[in-house]
Amino acid sequence: MPPTRPGAYALSTRGLTKRFPGVLALDRVDFGVRPGEVHALIGENGAGKSTLIKVLTGVYAPDEGEVLRGGGPVSFGTPLAAQRAGISTIYQEVNLVPLMSVARNLFLGREPRGRLGLIDFGRMHRDGERLLSDYGVRADVRRRLGELGVGAQQMVALARAVSVDARVVVMDEPTSSLEPREVETLFGVIRRLRDRGVAVVYVSHRLDELYAVCDTVTVLRDGRTVHTGPLEGLERLRLVSLMLGREIGEVRAEGTTKFGGDHEAASAEPVLHAEGLSVPHQLHGVSFTVRPGEVVGLGGLLGSGRTETVKAVAGAVPRSAGRVTVAGAPVRTGSPGAAIRAGVSLLPEDRKSEGIVPGLSVRENIALAVLPRLSRAGLVSEARIDSLVRTFMERLRIKASSPHQKAGELSGGNQQKVLLARWLAAEPRVLLLDEPTRGIDVGAKAEVQKLVDELAAEGLGVLLISSDLEELIEGSDRVVVLRDGAVVDELTGDDVTEDRLMEAIAGAAEEEPHSEAPAETPAAVPMGDSAPGSAREGAPHG
Amino acid sequence: MAEAVAGRIAPDRAAVHSWLQAYGVYVGVGVLLLFNVAFTDHFLSAENFRTQAVQVAPILIVALGMALAIGSEGIDLSVGSVMALSTSLVALYLGYGPWVALLATVLGGIAIGLVNGSLVAFVGVQPIVATLALMVGGRGLALVLVPQLEDVRDPGMRALGSGDLLGVPYPVLIALALVLLVGFAVRRTTFGRQLLAIGDSRPAARLAGLPVRRVLLCVYVASGALAAVAGFLATARLQASDPTSLGSLMELSAITAVVVGGTPLSGGRVRVGGTVAGAVLIQLLTATLIKHDLPPSWTQIAQAAVIVLAVYAARERGKR
Repeated sequence: MPPTRPGAYALSTRGLTKRFPGVLALDRVDFGVRPGEVHALIGENGAGKSTLIKVLTGVYAPDEGEVLRGGGPVSFGTPLAAQRAGISTIYQEVNLVPLMSVARNLFLGREPRGRLGLIDFGRMHRDGERLLSDYGVRADVRRRLGELGVGAQQMVALARAVSVDARVVVMDEPTSSLEPREVETLFGVIRRLRDRGVAVVYVSHRLDELYAVCDTVTVLRDGRTVHTGPLEGLERLRLVSLMLGREIGEVRAEGTTKFGGDHEAASAEPVLHAEGLSVPHQLHGVSFTVRPGEVVGLGGLLGSGRTETVKAVAGAVPRSAGRVTVAGAPVRTGSPGAAIRAGVSLLPEDRKSEGIVPGLSVRENIALAVLPRLSRAGLVSEARIDSLVRTFMERLRIKASSPHQKAGELSGGNQQKVLLARWLAAEPRVLLLDEPTRGIDVGAKAEVQKLVDELAAEGLGVLLISSDLEELIEGSDRVVVLRDGAVVDELTGDDVTEDRLMEAIAGAAEEEPHSEAPAETPAAVPMGDSAPGSAREGAPHG
Repeated sequence: MAEAVAGRIAPDRAAVHSWLQAYGVYVGVGVLLLFNVAFTDHFLSAENFRTQAVQVAPILIVALGMALAIGSEGIDLSVGSVMALSTSLVALYLGYGPWVALLATVLGGIAIGLVNGSLVAFVGVQPIVATLALMVGGRGLALVLVPQLEDVRDPGMRALGSGDLLGVPYPVLIALALVLLVGFAVRRTTFGRQLLAIGDSRPAARLAGLPVRRVLLCVYVASGALAAVAGFLATARLQASDPTSLGSLMELSAITAVVVGGTPLSGGRVRVGGTVAGAVLIQLLTATLIKHDLPPSWTQIAQAAVIVLAVYAARERGKR
């Protein structure tokens, strides 16, 4: 585990320790990545991954221990120094210039110059196209970067990083906003990098991805290295148990998701009826039902209309046609407030911008949607809020220094729990969950999954969207499959399997190869460009 | 990614900035008071305090409404013109008695606020543009109603402008009552909570089912009504209706008071106490410079310096 042959590592650390007030973020961490190796770095939130990455890339200076680059100790001081030493970082959020063209971003700061020192755009565009196509990316380099899908933007960031002669590439959850097809392209790029002898550090919550693309793995827990070794032959359950610090038997007994068995709901009358929901360009007559105590999955690719469907039900997107009834009573369109009063709560996909109010306390965030109910004549009852907040912080085990801590300071998992608390406080009859476990750590994920099960058992109707197939399959009693804004299939009973779901999602691929791409968009930019779901959803709220 | 330590890159400096933004204004007021006690003749006199307090009252009342607008991630540039409109309405309606005149001015402020609020909440115009339109149009309307300076002769108005209760001038009492009212509204009412949530994250507030439009409408109506009251009090003190100059540049003084008081322009927070201190700071600054025989232009430069300092303190606390 410690670097016995220092020269063998492209980048390594020895006894790295980093303290923050009240927190020992890294505790004598030894870590090393070799050239031509894709090294997974995993751990729950708070394990020290981000801190380690920030030390490796010169954002933080270590308190003790050292970083070694090519065999010798180095001290970067600044991210720029790390970059000059051949270490590039690809962050979750792309940090390029969205208003500039793809080519300009690729060559930012090192543009090819012609006579008079002016930028030689012709050469820049040619070089840019060649650079991207080297990585299997087809994109018009003249377009503004911001017009590309998030996936394509990440490829551009990656191509840029590598073309500045990076020998070490650090990727922090690169796939969190990509759709499956884009992930495949990304993996192709990573494999190409590996073959060229680049050392890759890969951080991700998604185990499937690690097994697909990584060679070795280092597991961090509570700031310490608990395991380093080849990924091949390491059982998935063993990996989870290392991250969680729990025994394998325990994990195996409960499965890797926390969902229990099916719910007995088949006979009850539906609590939610959606009929012919239409939103211009997005939904074309989507109908489905949810019964009390039932978890209905909403399957489909990014851009298939899943998010639009739940938003149309929750009144966040006005529908051009169709009706929604909850327990027989129609819900008016275009008003989230009316939907909430009717008993529909939506946990939005974009937790940061549409869910959490970062500057308000945990307490205010939880009480936000039910303020009128906790007030008399417009005056807020602090006592009633306190009791509500106490109940939910205990039930959902929300970890905050106090109810008065700002919600923006919490970890992703705890923010999600705060949002769940907000929606449960509204006493819904139907809960719409849009990617409830995306980007949160394994522990919080398990808790959220368990909670969904409990809520269904208590008689709540749940509509679940998840791009994690395993979660969707294990969590749902029934799966409604969407494609191009229309329901194409519904899986029930024994048909609720990953294979059947993928078949249903892929269904039209044989008839119509570019089924997700709107007809007017040529296939010039294949990745994500056709379905920037979150970007489009953001627009109406401007 | 979202590890607890992520936000603690430079805890000490961030903490200092955050403290300065929240409480720097009180330090500033303290420093100015000490300076005046030491170097200004006759500063520690009841008469002087009375003058300062009466002068600060209208700024403070306007700043309260401005704090609400800024807290909702908006701004209200029309407040100075609302004051001008108020003073015109006083001239027009004082014949029916001071109470009718007060009612007319407040209704006028509410009307302007309704237009502002409708433009912002329902039409979706940016607050700075919507209220800029009313800033220009409001004063125009005031001048149409009352084209030139008119004396205001009314015993009730004079009593309001120069009388007192237990030694505290009426305008100051009214300002303090409004401070308590706005503070209460911000802290204890659903309106206040919803206002802060909307100012912090509009999309999240909307999805949480908050009545975003209604709250925004109320914010601008409140700001208009408060500016109208300020205009009424200023008219009473001046014993004259002068729509050409009354409330001129008041929007800038109010914004300064709010920002210096620690309310971030990015919304989501309203510091009522800080706004009071901010208004007092501006008043003291002006008074200090005048008492030391510096030309009025120096006041503006000093105000600019204070704004720069406030912005510097707020620098590291941008919107998340």
